[in-house]
Amino acid sequence: MSSFDLADWLLDIWILATASLVAASCAMVGVFLILRRQALMGDAISHSVLLGIVLAYLISGSNSLWVMLLGAVTIGLITAWLSESLHKVSRLQSDASIGIVFTLLFSIGVILVSLYTGQIDLDQECVLYGEIAFVPFDTIIWGDMETGTDIGPRAFWLILIVFLIVLISITLGFERLKTVTFHPSLALSLGISIPFWHYFLMTLVSMTTVASFDAVGAILVVALLIIPAASAYLLAKSLKSMLWLAVLYSQLSVWIGYALSYWLNSSIAASIAVSAGLLMIVTLLIMQIRKVQQKRHYLQQLNTEQA
Amino acid sequence: MSNQIPLQVEQLSIRYHHKPVLTDVSFSVPAGKTVAIIGPNGAGKSSLLKGIMGLTPVIQGNALFYGKPLAEKRLTTAYVPQREEIDWDFPIDVMDVVLMGRHGQLKFWQRPSQSDREIAEQALKDLQMWDFRERQISQLSGGQQQRVFLARALAQQASLYLMDEPFAGVDVATEKAIIELFKQLKAKGNTVVCVHHDLNTVSEYYDYVVLINSRLIAAGPTDEVLTQDNLNKTYGGRLSLLNDLTEQMYRSRLDNAHDSD
Amino acid sequence: MNGFEPYPEIGFMQQAWHHLAVFWSFEDINATWVLIGSLLLGMSASVIGAFAFLRKRSLLGDALAHAALPGVMMAFLLSGSRDAEVIFFGALLSSLLGFWIIDWLPKNTKIKPDAALAITLSFFFALGLMLLSYIQTSEMANKSGLDKLLFGQAAAITEDDIQLLIWVTSIVLLTVLVFFDKFRLISFNRLYAKTLGVHVKFYEVLLAIMIVLSVVVGLQLVGVVLMAAILLTPIAAARFWSHQLSTLLILAALFGAISASLGAQISYVAPAMPTGPWIVVSLSILFFISFIFAPQQGLLKRYLDYRQLKQRVVQENILRTLYKLLEREHFQRNHFTLAEITALRSVSTADLTRSIQRLIKKHLISEKSNGYSLSEEGLLKAIKLTRRHRLWESYLSQHADLNSEQVHQQAERIEHILNKEQEEQIVAELMEQLDPHGAPIPKLPSQNLRETKNK
Repeated sequence: MSSFDLADWLLDIWILATASLVAASCAMVGVFLILRRQALMGDAISHSVLLGIVLAYLISGSNSLWVMLLGAVTIGLITAWLSESLHKVSRLQSDASIGIVFTLLFSIGVILVSLYTGQIDLDQECVLYGEIAFVPFDTIIWGDMETGTDIGPRAFWLILIVFLIVLISITLGFERLKTVTFHPSLALSLGISIPFWHYFLMTLVSMTTVASFDAVGAILVVALLIIPAASAYLLAKSLKSMLWLAVLYSQLSVWIGYALSYWLNSSIAASIAVSAGLLMIVTLLIMQIRKVQQKRHYLQQLNTEQA
Repeated sequence: MSNQIPLQVEQLSIRYHHKPVLTDVSFSVPAGKTVAIIGPNGAGKSSLLKGIMGLTPVIQGNALFYGKPLAEKRLTTAYVPQREEIDWDFPIDVMDVVLMGRHGQLKFWQRPSQSDREIAEQALKDLQMWDFRERQISQLSGGQQQRVFLARALAQQASLYLMDEPFAGVDVATEKAIIELFKQLKAKGNTVVCVHHDLNTVSEYYDYVVLINSRLIAAGPTDEVLTQDNLNKTYGGRLSLLNDLTEQMYRSRLDNAHDSD
Repeated sequence: MNGFEPYPEIGFMQQAWHHLAVFWSFEDINATWVLIGSLLLGMSASVIGAFAFLRKRSLLGDALAHAALPGVMMAFLLSGSRDAEVIFFGALLSSLLGFWIIDWLPKNTKIKPDAALAITLSFFFALGLMLLSYIQTSEMANKSGLDKLLFGQAAAITEDDIQLLIWVTSIVLLTVLVFFDKFRLISFNRLYAKTLGVHVKFYEVLLAIMIVLSVVVGLQLVGVVLMAAILLTPIAAARFWSHQLSTLLILAALFGAISASLGAQISYVAPAMPTGPWIVVSLSILFFISFIFAPQQGLLKRYLDYRQLKQRVVQENILRTLYKLLEREHFQRNHFTLAEITALRSVSTADLTRSIQRLIKKHLISEKSNGYSLSEEGLLKAIKLTRRHRLWESYLSQHADLNSEQVHQQAERIEHILNKEQEEQIVAELMEQLDPHGAPIPKLPSQNLRETKNK
């Protein structure tokens, strides 16, 4: 009996570890999306990545980590490039061209998923929720199929790789990313290539969304990209503190969300996203209350001075 | 280097969609002077600076910095944009903004060194902003924000400074600080080119004037060029036929369709 | 959870045709209702989406559709019923709340409009999914089919839903019809509308409510996730066809109706197929067709125009070159070889001969044994062009302070578009009648001059 408990406990650990890494990667990338006012591009890429995954699977016939990453990054960059070109050539507003491109790519993805349901390891449900509860069961065997050792869930290793890539990229490129984000025209006048860093960021977004896909699905990942970063934006005084705060918010969301899902017996991924939103609401509430208090304090001071 | 021309603009043309913003503007700027670019609203002053810095696409013409294209002379050129351009809510403090001026010298993985910090410190002190170094930029007044931008340009240690309306909407203290800065830069033999809109102060602040209104009207030393006749030409309306036809040309895409002979 | 049935491999197409035949024979009353519903929805969503597009808030509909989800789930949780009206009311409330948040956040906090949209969209959607997963694991009766709201399922629609749909879309379309002028005004220029004393806030809220209504009522058919496209893509496609707002709206409505009914049919024929994605795909196809083939602003038309212009320019340049040669020979010789032409104009010989053939076809030049010569008509045209070129050169050099090389460059281009009035204006503003290179500006030959020449 006790060994069964241990197994159960291990499952929880795997789920939580995967969710934490997903949330942390999303939060870090999201910071730059918020600051560069490309929240909607994040939304678009996270949708169209579905098509990348399905196509990669259909073309290669395998669902190995690297094929998925490649497919997703390709489609992610295509989304960014197509939206931009459509905006330039047709003179549509940029958000309109983003909307047209991602709804189309996502639709094709969903249609393919429904056409091949049963033949590929995807269905409409997991597009939406992800299947973080099932993450621990899809494991990687190291070495021989029979004699090799089980080294843990596939989704966990994928997000770990992506998390490390994101972390290293942001650490190394921190100063450049800061300049490009804060003041594009200064960056340009200093000779920094804006398109390079733009597509660099889009690559990170695509990788993060595909790695999060198994865990939280295509749409909830938007919440994890945008909401913790936006909460951090409300408080942060420097880019570094914004990154730390965003990661902190994301981890809190994971823990609260996990508890919430346990309590309500609801989807873990959705509950984590909801918790991120709730934390933001709490932050906003505290800020508004303090604003009112400051105002009252100020008025009181004025009154006493007059008296 | 000082005997060369810091900035030479050759036949620069810029358009916005089909509208000609600037057509065939050519002038050059002498070293060690303060230069004002003057013209009515919508005459293309800011676009001229942006075109020179490669921030906005030009359809024709180019700018040479000490006889070389910008790519080779980036480190000697500093650009101060208009304040409205950026998100002042951005989580960043004054010191970090000024340190950005040092990025031209650094590889992407490098962090600012101690000497970079000292340069930034000096720049902040020159503009009396050292006490504000830890402030978040949203907590600064308009004039202080302008001084941060100027300090950042100063930290670039350039020899040519291009500024887009540095005096717009600033307080008296900042205005004085900017004039002081001009004197310092000139003393070091540096060149300052500003978009300026206040005609009353031109002759006081600047040695050299470039008058534009869609086209170049005149360029030269302030006392020679700032004549009533030239001002009338600059502010007295545009050559409508010229602009109409240029616009028509862009609209029909003739400029591309035409073979160059 | 209800998994989706994989398709039976054999007999699928026959079955599909059969379904389609039933659909269009109007025997199946439900199918007819679905068709009418989807047509109306396509129209109303496209029309109301057009105003969001014109107000540069293209993705507002996307956020509002996502925001409807938790309202639907809440309404179901609280009432336990799946009545169309109850669900509609819940969705309406939460969508409006979403609209308010999207508006409130950028005004009261540092958060920018695009982030506000993404925050609202993803938070409400997550909330909806959380409630949905809670409902699905709970013991509630009647809960199946709620998940069809995500991608839309035309086949699962009930008659109740359709009736509500018809009512609401009619209201939306009528409202647009009645307030067309006001909506246009505030979409075009909000501030100006305010100075006119128009109650802008009222119409903005009205417009928002109309968007919310269309979105909410369309959830069953299109689904939450892809509602954005049916609001946005039709007007974006229509924009390539016209500049007239009323025409645009009619076209957008047409595109929306076609796509919505197509999607509904596909989903009806193959019930496991979600409707929304098919609507979006057919809309996108319409969009790209418009983008490429629209008669005025399509990519193809723009390319063809450009090519035509290029040809015209080459031809006109040849005419002017021939005139220049004629001038050089003091009008004594009117036949010139290809070599003489290319000496003055650097055009590839292939291009040149092709253009010359075209000019010959137009009887502007004629081919003789000793070369090419300008015809009467060609000469007239060449004179006109040369005159314009030189007029413009002298105008530029007198007014714009340019050197003669720059002046020539400009005139090379402008000569092709100068019209008669502009030519007269230049003449009026010119002080001397010599071009800056010293060549005389030819006068247009008057009628009698031509006659004498003919003799």
